[in-house]
Amino acid sequence: MSEHISKPLGGKIFTWPIIFFGILILIGLYAITHRFVSGIGAVSDLNGGFPWGLWIAFDLLVGTGFACGGWALAWTVYVFNQGQYHPMVRSALLASLFGYSLGGFSILIDVGRYWNVPYFYIPGFFNVNSVLFETAFCMTVYVFVVMFEFAPVICERLGWKISLRKMNKVMFAAISLGVLLPTMHQSSMGSLFNIAGLKLHPLWRSGAILGPLSLLTALIMGFAIVIFEGSITRAGLRGKDVADETPLFAKLYRIIRWLIIAFFILRFGELALGDKMQLLFVGDRGAWLFWLETALLAAPLYILSKDKFIKDARWLFGCAISMMLGAALWRMNLSLFTFNPGDGYSYFPTAEEILISIGLVAMEICGFILIVKYFPVISFLAPKKENGQKVVTDEAHNEVAQ
Amino acid sequence: MNAEKNTQMLDCLGVSRRDFMKFCTGIAATLGLGGLSSTEAIAEALTSKKLPPVIWIGAQECTGCTEALLRATHPTLETLLFQVISLEYHEVLCAAAGHQVEANKHRAMEEYKGEYVLVVDGSIPTKDGGVYCMVAGKPIGEHIKEAAEGAAAIIAIGSCAAWGGVPSIGPNPTGAVGVQEFLPDKKIINIPGCPPNPSNFIATVVHLLTFKKLPELDAEGRPKFAYGRLIHEHCERRPHFDAGRFAEAYGDEGHRQGWCLYKLGCKGPETYGNCPSLEFCDVGGGIWPVGIGHPCIGCNEKGVGFSKGISELAHVVRPTPPAVHPEVNTPAGGENKVAGTAILAGVAGLAAGVSVMTVKELGRQQKEGKNSSQEKEN
Repeated sequence: MSEHISKPLGGKIFTWPIIFFGILILIGLYAITHRFVSGIGAVSDLNGGFPWGLWIAFDLLVGTGFACGGWALAWTVYVFNQGQYHPMVRSALLASLFGYSLGGFSILIDVGRYWNVPYFYIPGFFNVNSVLFETAFCMTVYVFVVMFEFAPVICERLGWKISLRKMNKVMFAAISLGVLLPTMHQSSMGSLFNIAGLKLHPLWRSGAILGPLSLLTALIMGFAIVIFEGSITRAGLRGKDVADETPLFAKLYRIIRWLIIAFFILRFGELALGDKMQLLFVGDRGAWLFWLETALLAAPLYILSKDKFIKDARWLFGCAISMMLGAALWRMNLSLFTFNPGDGYSYFPTAEEILISIGLVAMEICGFILIVKYFPVISFLAPKKENGQKVVTDEAHNEVAQ
Repeated sequence: MNAEKNTQMLDCLGVSRRDFMKFCTGIAATLGLGGLSSTEAIAEALTSKKLPPVIWIGAQECTGCTEALLRATHPTLETLLFQVISLEYHEVLCAAAGHQVEANKHRAMEEYKGEYVLVVDGSIPTKDGGVYCMVAGKPIGEHIKEAAEGAAAIIAIGSCAAWGGVPSIGPNPTGAVGVQEFLPDKKIINIPGCPPNPSNFIATVVHLLTFKKLPELDAEGRPKFAYGRLIHEHCERRPHFDAGRFAEAYGDEGHRQGWCLYKLGCKGPETYGNCPSLEFCDVGGGIWPVGIGHPCIGCNEKGVGFSKGISELAHVVRPTPPAVHPEVNTPAGGENKVAGTAILAGVAGLAAGVSVMTVKELGRQQKEGKNSSQEKEN
């Protein structure tokens, strides 16, 4: 990896994307304040039948799913020792950090009596009998683990060499936790929906394999988001000094392919064994959403099987979007779109509810843009040695990878 | 001293003072009396030396009222007979028979003139000189008239004695009437019911002993503590009535769910009684007709019980069923979709725009890359 270095992008703070998303953040902050002061009922359409809505289904379930890039790459780079993906790790970790922190924040917004949330962190008050406890605790720990994983970037920027060396001695522990924890909570995030029982649509009421399905969607989203982010970054930088990662993306896709196939085997296997196949052809909302979800995941399998398309960055980018949407749709379908708490209850997010979600996403985008401007996150092709510039390589990660 | 003796007697019978006071409290509660003093007053009245004599005459009856009394549990019948009252005459419960028992009745009527309580169950035939119910060679009506002369109070127990009951329905071949109609000059306490709850009877008796006067009665001569409210007003299924949830047929979904039985002909809306709160047989668990899934037949009420068909709809006296019922599934959520849809459409548009621009830029770069590599080759 000596041909890659990570360096800050630099440039102005107030560019038009920052101003645009900044305004969205301000609107979101206003709505969040309104929610904390006046309560959930004042800002949202949540009700007795739908105790969770957009904030949980999108910000938490999909948000942390999209944030699985760091975890997926940790598996690839550190467990399967595929060093060639190393240049992508930092930006994926940064996205994970934002995705998970804001996913956690969306829980704080969604919890009715948010002032009781601190008790969750006090050992004497742990409710270990709650099925949500594992997920919530695991996620909280993971946020700190990602922070630690990302810390070398900060240290590098500040030139704290000694701390870097000390950090590397314990980094293996953080990385192994970073590999383990999302495996736990990303699967339990799906399996805990088993407690909703018959409120789940039969097509998504997969029982014991809700966990594996949720895990697979997390991995699919995690890998696809790496391709998505890489493509966007490359487009945004207009290709200056950035390595053409298309071949790497194509290789990543070959991993995702097997994940999607595994997903389909489990998904259709469960439907066949559960005698639910006839529900696929009744033409109701559940059936249509199922086919949309399946099509979004299956289309890349077909398109990228063609040699011409898998070498084309545009098709890879498009297919990454399709896979992300397909996996995200599975989670949204499970938790919201086909969720039926009983007659009389319906739910459609209010303007303020959506503005809070938009505000959180805007925070993520703004934060990402600002951090890559001032911290060494994005990998560039290393300049030739003769320009005499002192080059800081990704030694922190390299050492661990070796 | 008398109280002491009685307490000793209670001990002999295996009744602890605690049990006895519990009984007194229970009676006070049935009568709707509050406070420690009422329990004390009842205890005092019941432990006084002289047990009040009671003469019980059965006319055209099925013995159901006596059967109900036999199954009273607090107090049990023997407690009632041996400690609360002195039963001088009862056709079913008397150990003696024939001339002996008739003689004892007359002795009691003379000995306790103006002190005894007369209880009548069953209706009194008036047609053909009352020949349809003869005891000791005399029509029962004459026995009752005779006994009523010297009675301190007269209690008509059961629907038959209270208002005529089953024998008075339809063609009424015997000309059966209730005690009040038979003895229009006397004040009668009516305890209707088929059978009535024995607790209502015992509470009335204890009220007489304790306060030496009749309990407060309604226009039909029924004690208000027991017959003061419509069954409909304190029925456990009333919320179903208000919400419009009705059982439409025996065994249907609503019937199995325990919904209101009004549409099956429940007479709760026009019948006064404490059945829903007192229940029957002291076993709890909603043991009373409506509680076990049968509509009330209105046995307490003249003109309702046995007169109206069981499936006939009751005349709802006070609140009529509302024309519009609240929804069982109250709609919640999903009212405002316009603003949300607009914003979501905006977000989708923005995301699509960014994606298209990215695809365009990636295409441009790819083209450039190819050109430069071609240039190199050249």
